[in-house]
Amino acid sequence: MSFFSALIVAVLFSVGVYLLLQRTLSRIILGLALMGHSANLLLMVVGGRAGKAPIVGAFGPEDTVADPLPQALALTAIVISFGVISFLLAIAYRSWVLTQNDEVEDDVEDARIAQLGEAEMRRWWSRPR
Amino acid sequence: MVEQAKMSVLLVLPIVLPLLAAALAIIAYNHRTLQRIVAVGALIAVVADSAFLLVAVERDGVQSVQMGAWPAPLGITLVVDMFSALMLVISMVTVLSVLIYAIGQPGVDHDQPVFHPVYLVMTAGVALSFTTGDLFNLFVAYEITLAASYVLITLGGRREQIRSGMTYIIINLLASTLFVVGIAWVYAATGTVNMADLAVKIAQLPSGTQTALSMFLLVVFGIKAAIFPLFFWLPDSYPTARMPVTAVFAGLLTKVGVYSIIRTQTLLFPQNRPSTILLVCAGLTMAIGVLGAIAQNDMKRILSFHIVSQIGYMILGLGLFSVAGVAGTVFFIFHQIPVKTALFLATGLVEQSTGSTALSKVGGMIRRTPLVAGLFLLAALSLAGIPPFSGFVGKLGIIQAGFGAGEYAIVGVSLVVSLLTLFSMIKIWNGVFLGTPEDPTLRLASATSEERLSTPVLMRGATVALVGVTLAIALFAGTLFDLSERAAQGLLDPSAYIQQVLG
Amino acid sequence: MTPRRSVILDLCVQAEFHTLLLLSLYLLFAGHNQPGGGFAGGLVASCAFGLRYVAGGSSALSRSISIPATTFLGVGMLFAILTGCVSLLTGHEFLESAIFSADLMVLGTVKTSSVLFFDIGVYLVVLGMALLLLEQLGGADGTDPDEVQP
Repeated sequence: MSFFSALIVAVLFSVGVYLLLQRTLSRIILGLALMGHSANLLLMVVGGRAGKAPIVGAFGPEDTVADPLPQALALTAIVISFGVISFLLAIAYRSWVLTQNDEVEDDVEDARIAQLGEAEMRRWWSRPR
Repeated sequence: MVEQAKMSVLLVLPIVLPLLAAALAIIAYNHRTLQRIVAVGALIAVVADSAFLLVAVERDGVQSVQMGAWPAPLGITLVVDMFSALMLVISMVTVLSVLIYAIGQPGVDHDQPVFHPVYLVMTAGVALSFTTGDLFNLFVAYEITLAASYVLITLGGRREQIRSGMTYIIINLLASTLFVVGIAWVYAATGTVNMADLAVKIAQLPSGTQTALSMFLLVVFGIKAAIFPLFFWLPDSYPTARMPVTAVFAGLLTKVGVYSIIRTQTLLFPQNRPSTILLVCAGLTMAIGVLGAIAQNDMKRILSFHIVSQIGYMILGLGLFSVAGVAGTVFFIFHQIPVKTALFLATGLVEQSTGSTALSKVGGMIRRTPLVAGLFLLAALSLAGIPPFSGFVGKLGIIQAGFGAGEYAIVGVSLVVSLLTLFSMIKIWNGVFLGTPEDPTLRLASATSEERLSTPVLMRGATVALVGVTLAIALFAGTLFDLSERAAQGLLDPSAYIQQVLG
Repeated sequence: MTPRRSVILDLCVQAEFHTLLLLSLYLLFAGHNQPGGGFAGGLVASCAFGLRYVAGGSSALSRSISIPATTFLGVGMLFAILTGCVSLLTGHEFLESAIFSADLMVLGTVKTSSVLFFDIGVYLVVLGMALLLLEQLGGADGTDPDEVQP
């Protein structure tokens, strides 16, 4: 059980990283969502083995009860990533409306600085000696 | 008993008041005046409250509150020690002045009904990250701050903002995911997420596990704090937002990351201090940040690279792991928050009156807005660490500590970086405040005439107030350095902290 | 393109709408000791409004609810935070919960806790959030009115 869960965590995370490295925004977002799922699943894995509902005294001795804390943490993390990813989707949509393009754009100012730098280099090498 | 009851109110207010005000501001969605009154009122109260907290901590030591009255390792603890109290006070003052500046600037909150609620939520998140004593709650605090910052950075929805906001959101979401993974590992190893409890339990782990956890958390917070290999997102995304937003991000958000690095590395991993790694990262952060700044030709971008460069100094002081070094770092962060923000606010005044911050488009501002020039000069000199100003005291503290520890190489790097910082401040000064725009084809109509330029009085007022704060830091440097030293002692010997939380 | 409405879907949604809202309220009040709670209840209520939107577009959505979504958000936040503050004012810690029970004659004894008020806040926040999403992202033909042309 634990081994397969760990395997799924690993697979989800690596698929997420692969998608994150693409240039298309929708893939990046999918990648982040998968990595989020992987992290939440990891929280469940570290909680130890499954057990009964964690209400003290209600369902038998304490050692047959699941660890409630990772579940609470995972729940919080899920809600948070749900909110952030939906905001990200809204932004991606906005970006698509503005540019009609799903790709991540380059930074204009950065490109300009790089050009300036290259020009400077060329001047330096072709200076009269 | 009465004392404890008072403390539970005082400690909770910096988080609850902004949230309460945010709720009211959302209800008053289309009543801008009401929103402004609520927001400013709440932040003034929070500033007063954090001052009380600082006094209380100064008098009685570390204070803590158990939320919901659940006992320590189970519930969420809010803790404030000297370090968090100092950070809380200065960041709330900064947040308040930026809010006033934003109210003064036309077009920031005016057609954006969500500005005030989101700004207040961000404030609550920052306050929570400084006061929480629980690793997972720190994650929640980060997410509150970040979610609000995502909205703020893309507010207005211009194409440039969307592009860079996207980078910002994606990189921070990645860091948050890694943070969850880190928390999962910490929980797997120890079975707790309360930081005081962790401090006790991590010490019993095998040293390899400790190193793995410590490095993982360092990477997570390193992304947020923009230290050396992980800073690339910052100079790209910060400059495109509206100026008050950029200013408060520049002043605060990366420092929250630095705060978390300091807190986790000192409290959680006392026997496993990655001194060398931190020092190397610090040197590279300083050097690459300042070199990046020199290559830029826009005020906002120059200053954004300087954020990175100054983060290096903070990491340097921490990397020494001596009381003197950490005290220098604490003082340096305390000075850096208002100074950096003030620099951006002054830049915002230039942008407001001329419409640009490109060095090639603006010139001769000293004749036309002498006040702005003066404000910028004071803050810039302080940033560069020129003697009477506050930056000098902080850098001196760190450098002395470096000499004390025999780390001459890194001290040398920091001195060179300091000179380069001064150089790039002079570059801005010459480009924007002296001379005329160099490229006549790029000259803006408003940037060439000789008439005096004026800016809204609230914007100027807020900038003056913040520069005043930085001067006050220089004036009371002695007292503040004593407090920083006590904060550093508390950080390096966290027994009082652990004692207070676990009882 | 004029939106075409499906009669069957329309009628089904009208029949389901109130049932779903009731279910969401049940989940909200059942929440403390049983599965449910403010978040789940809020999601179910959002689904009810989401169905309205699917069946009739944003005009149907705005006809079915007249309070602005932001008010839901704000009141919800206010509820949640004030619940915490009440315990603070009565000399307890922030967010400390208390259990009340009342004897309602015929209906029997009702037991509830202050957590319920927090849950109501969460319910309203989730609902407000979902309504805001539908309002902002689901304009008539995928465009929102203040859109900037590329």
